[in-house]
Amino acid sequence: MNNETKREVISIYVDNQANVLARVVSLYGRRGFNIDSLTVSETTDPTISRITVVFKGTEQGLAQILSQTEKLEVVRRIFVLEPGASLFRELLMMKVKAEPEDLAHIKDIVEVYRGKIIDLSTDSMIVELTGEPGKIDGFIAMMSGYHISEVCRTGITGMGRGLDPDNENVQALPR
Amino acid sequence: MKLTGSQVVAEILIEHGVDTVFGYPGGTVLNVFDALYEYRDQIHGVLTAHEQGASHAADGYARATGKPGVVVATSGPGATNLVTGLATAMIDSVPVIAITANVPDSLIGRDAFQEISIVGITMPITKHNFFVNRIEDLPKAMHDAFRIATTGRKGPVLIDITKDVTAAKIDYKPGVYHEETKGIPKVQSDDLQKIADIINGAKRPVIYYGGGIRAAKAADELNALMAKADIPSTYTIMAAGAVDADDPRNMGLIGMHGTVAANKAMDKADVMIALGTRFSDRVALNPKKFAKKATKIQVDIDQSEINKNVLVDYSIVGDVKDFLQQLLPLIEENEHKEWIEEVTEMRRSINTPEDGKLHPQNIIRTIGDNTDKETLYVTDVGQHQMWAAQYLKHERTGNFITSGGLGTMGFGYGAAIGAQIGMPDRRVIHITGDGSFHMNLNEACTAVSEGLPIITVIMNNTVLGMVYQWQTIFYGKRYAGTTPERKTDFVKLAEGFGAKGYRATTPEEFEEVFKEALKADGPVWIDCVIDQEERVLPMIPAGGSTEDMIIG
Repeated sequence: MNNETKREVISIYVDNQANVLARVVSLYGRRGFNIDSLTVSETTDPTISRITVVFKGTEQGLAQILSQTEKLEVVRRIFVLEPGASLFRELLMMKVKAEPEDLAHIKDIVEVYRGKIIDLSTDSMIVELTGEPGKIDGFIAMMSGYHISEVCRTGITGMGRGLDPDNENVQALPR
Repeated sequence: MKLTGSQVVAEILIEHGVDTVFGYPGGTVLNVFDALYEYRDQIHGVLTAHEQGASHAADGYARATGKPGVVVATSGPGATNLVTGLATAMIDSVPVIAITANVPDSLIGRDAFQEISIVGITMPITKHNFFVNRIEDLPKAMHDAFRIATTGRKGPVLIDITKDVTAAKIDYKPGVYHEETKGIPKVQSDDLQKIADIINGAKRPVIYYGGGIRAAKAADELNALMAKADIPSTYTIMAAGAVDADDPRNMGLIGMHGTVAANKAMDKADVMIALGTRFSDRVALNPKKFAKKATKIQVDIDQSEINKNVLVDYSIVGDVKDFLQQLLPLIEENEHKEWIEEVTEMRRSINTPEDGKLHPQNIIRTIGDNTDKETLYVTDVGQHQMWAAQYLKHERTGNFITSGGLGTMGFGYGAAIGAQIGMPDRRVIHITGDGSFHMNLNEACTAVSEGLPIITVIMNNTVLGMVYQWQTIFYGKRYAGTTPERKTDFVKLAEGFGAKGYRATTPEEFEEVFKEALKADGPVWIDCVIDQEERVLPMIPAGGSTEDMIIG
């Protein structure tokens, strides 16, 4: 088995009930899996939520994380989002302390990255940017010359390309 | 029919065949106890001295009977006292249902008197748990709890019910419940033929089996495979007895205190078949060197056990009995005469020192000689547990009840009480050490109240023997925290509880009092005075391999 570590993105359908996130997170904590990011939200069916987990691990680690998670009673379906066949997005909000003379240049950078300035005050602005995690990293690097006051990233969420019949009717997924 | 939440609990327990619950009352759980009083003709309530004892009793009951064991406790400390028992049941895959009541829903989250989030606390040590604060959710949670505890890889489930729900009324109809279960994958035939070919072509095959054989009741199929393909086998402590102790292909226990035969055979094997076992660090002490020359095949009901500790070449996820039944027709009659001779030559025989003194070996032998194969042997944890595992002549799976995975000192007496209540017609022998027994000997009052003829054999070396042994070997005899200088008089203490107590200092005395104990109709303790330098051997140090084995 391959011992290299690589980034994996996993999607999990779970019963939307109290403690469900705690169950997943505490499992990863006690099994020693290192989570890079985690997003969770309701699906179109309010009884089912979808969790996206990003973690770095080996092939053996991935197999363990999948089978341990699948054992949880609240888990309906778990699958890996393969990089070639999936789309990943992340949302960034960045607060920048901006001097009036910097405004034009910052606007240029934001435009190139197709971000939006969603708030402008006399001393600062907030930029919103959505994109692949790499693009977010690139934007943050480009902005590093300015005074970045706060940064907020949602973590990765993702979806496989094309229809997946298993995800059409999540309520019907077996326990 | 309008029932209270507590009556619903009782009704559903009865629906699932429960006739015994272990527990301890308290403020929030009063309504549930009141219902148990109402249903006392159908459900026998056993009051223990401590909730921990009740949790081990439910566990011991489940291990002895194969049915789920039920424990009921109050909120707060009542609930937290179940933690060790649930963790013990979890790691050994034992179906236990724990019912706790919590403070009324209106007080949840306000640090009310005896409020604790037992669902949060027990999340890692239960297969699943429920927090029920709406009466409508109660019936499904109760039914689900039984389904989850008893299907797939078994385990404990806790249901925490707020006090208001235990009193609230609901229209409950028994029997309207549809089971839904996470499916167990069917064993695939392609893999089967490949595995059969590997086994048929093996020169030095070994079978290594664990608690899964016991849980799946697959001992017959295991023995059939061993006979047909002529394969020697070794077992973990969870599966003692699946193969008769005298079977020439039985190499004995594997691992840290396993036999030389089993551990060396594992080194030499060209094919290793692991059945219902999880390569724990007490077995695969060095996972990189475990069965290093062998093509490894693993069968387990739990997908997450595959490749968890030791990487295998072939794996099957499914019920081990189903696997063996499908595999057997594909297996050719075979003979591995030289291989069997080679490995069983290294088998350990019991060498009892004939110096007239009381030793673990002659204690265990006397117990074995005076009890039949229906007897249930329940242990605590430590040296005595290993001696019992090594020296008892295990003949039947399920008769050896021990805390394997968690290694819970204090497990024994509660578990013995549960086993005896579950199996009233069978003899229960509780083998313990003075260290373990001090932890939960308070359950003597339960054994007396219930009139249980459990014989407790205390291997009393006055030290915490297993840790003492490690300190002797690895810590330059610096005995920190293992020589407590206790003055406990177990004979008087037994009498104080209303039980019977004996002391034995020689093999003859032990045999005499053990025979006396067999005639008693209530609990008996036998204080066996042994030397503190007695060791459990052989021993492979943690993380080591057969090259590091200390034989003695």
